Amino acid sequence: MGTAAAVRESFQTENLSIFYGTYEAVKGISLPFAQNTVTALIGPSGCGKSTFLRSLNRMNDDISGSTTKGSIWIDGVDINAQGTDVIKLRQKIGMVWQKPNPFYKSIYDNIAFGPKYHGIKGKAALDEIVESSLRRAALWDEVKDRLKDSALALSGGQQQRLCIARALSVNPQILLLDEPASALDPVSTGKVEELIKELKEELRIVIVTHNMQQAARISDYTAYFYLGSLVEYDKTEKVFSNPENQMTQEYIMGRFG
Amino acid sequence: MKPKTADKIATTFIVFFALLIVAILIGLLGYILVRGLNHISWDFLTSAPQKIRAGGGVGPQLFNSLYLLVLTLLITVPLGLGAGIFMAEYARPGKLTNFIRLIVEVLSSFPSIIVGLFGLLLIVNYFELGFSLISGAIALTFFNLPLMVRITEQAFRTVPKAQKEAGFALGLSKWKIVTSVLLPVALPTIITGTILSAGRVFGEAAALMFTAGMSSPRLNFSDWNPLHANSPLNPFRPAETLAVHIWKINSEGLAPDAIQIAAGASAVLVITVLLFNLLARYFGRLIYRKLTASKRIN
Ligand SMILES: Nc1ncnc2c1ncn2[C@@H]1O[C@H](COP(=O)(O)OP(=O)(O)OP(=O)(O)O)[C@@H](O)[C@H]1O
Ligand SMILES: [Mg+2]
Repeated sequence: MGTAAAVRESFQTENLSIFYGTYEAVKGISLPFAQNTVTALIGPSGCGKSTFLRSLNRMNDDISGSTTKGSIWIDGVDINAQGTDVIKLRQKIGMVWQKPNPFYKSIYDNIAFGPKYHGIKGKAALDEIVESSLRRAALWDEVKDRLKDSALALSGGQQQRLCIARALSVNPQILLLDEPASALDPVSTGKVEELIKELKEELRIVIVTHNMQQAARISDYTAYFYLGSLVEYDKTEKVFSNPENQMTQEYIMGRFG
Repeated sequence: MKPKTADKIATTFIVFFALLIVAILIGLLGYILVRGLNHISWDFLTSAPQKIRAGGGVGPQLFNSLYLLVLTLLITVPLGLGAGIFMAEYARPGKLTNFIRLIVEVLSSFPSIIVGLFGLLLIVNYFELGFSLISGAIALTFFNLPLMVRITEQAFRTVPKAQKEAGFALGLSKWKIVTSVLLPVALPTIITGTILSAGRVFGEAAALMFTAGMSSPRLNFSDWNPLHANSPLNPFRPAETLAVHIWKINSEGLAPDAIQIAAGASAVLVITVLLFNLLARYFGRLIYRKLTASKRIN
């Protein structure tokens, strides 16, 4: 099964279980996320991928009735422990969802909002963050002349890249993506995938996807979830060419799930 | 019956009723305006009423209505927003929340005459605020608050959940999300709610007779110190509003032109409400656009 890495990664989960009431949606999962890699989480619908992903920046805290057991280590600190400064933590970890959810604000304000809240002052500094975030999300050239327009006027693909730019605006070390391209057309999907490959040079990325080709194209490691358990975790080439588990093989071949 | 025929019949009915409603509205408005408009003059709008002679105006009453609106909104809007936001974003679902919701609902269905008498006993007499603008504003808050709370709660609940998630993921505090992310989106609905409750302030008579009173002191429109007894801004003075005035002259007016005055005052009231509506919508749209960078409302 090759789960917990021999050396403790600076970002990893350890025996992480997540409950909704008494229902155990994620069952004691230990996964490492190495620097400068993309880890894909795959598995049939309802197997706990989103639940697992959300817990990595404590977003499950806001769902009433949800409890989490186990540890999430970031730089030697268990952020799942009581007393974690969740606000600080979430600055370190960006998140993007399946459906783009830009704020009902201008393109500029969508990006500048987070940094401003976290204490960046001065127009020049904010302008700089807006531009660099939009450039990193490969959106700058398309929107640089309409920064004051509503973000809702952008196309779906542009909105999604805006959301990625917004996540990057607070300079996270980790990016969590929950099916970020599944609502996009092939061209936009291509752009987002390209982007993910570039961004991994700077941070680590965890991505949930239902698209096997996509997982194979962009990820370095793949984790296969089934009914809340981690069935298989390995290098992506290995998982896709020669999986250890029969179930993984069948899921990847599209025979079940 | 062919679906197409059924569709046609249904459409005809709907259009018919829609037109009927519009016609009734126009008829009503037209009636009030035609009867009252020719009585409206600058003098009518600014001068004080006459007891037994003809030629009195409704100046103080018009001012009282507007000022009472401001006072009421000053109390209702912060309270209503606060309570609505609490119900939508902070209250945990449970017995207490349901109880609060029940009280809010009961409050909103209180007959206004009861609110008036209650106000008389509690606010006017017990708390010794007397017949005053402030007593009237508090009484009106009793039935405007439920509307405001409910509409605010509803407005916040209809903001997509993903907006809140995006805020949390950026490391924003809940309060920051509520005020800077959700509130701008909820604003158009909240403004509609404010307009609705404002309409009740203009139109209410029963609850005000016993709280704001049925008379006005001789107002000195050159003295704007709210602490002076004859200042129009003094919130502790009695204040007959336009709606109360209409009721009063209709039932006990002694002036020979009482009927015309009532008709004129009614027209003024209707026009004020219309103007207030349009202005509130206009400024609401302006604020919404400013906050959300959008070109159109929604
Ligand atoms: N807020 C919630 N309250 C209760 N149960 C939930 C909640 N969210 C998810 N679940 C349950 O937890 C399990 C895992 O859900 P999750 O959304 O993590 O699955 P997923 O792998 O992301 O599925 P999909 O591929 O369809 O997005 C499911 O059985 C789901 O019904
Ligand atoms: Mg999911």
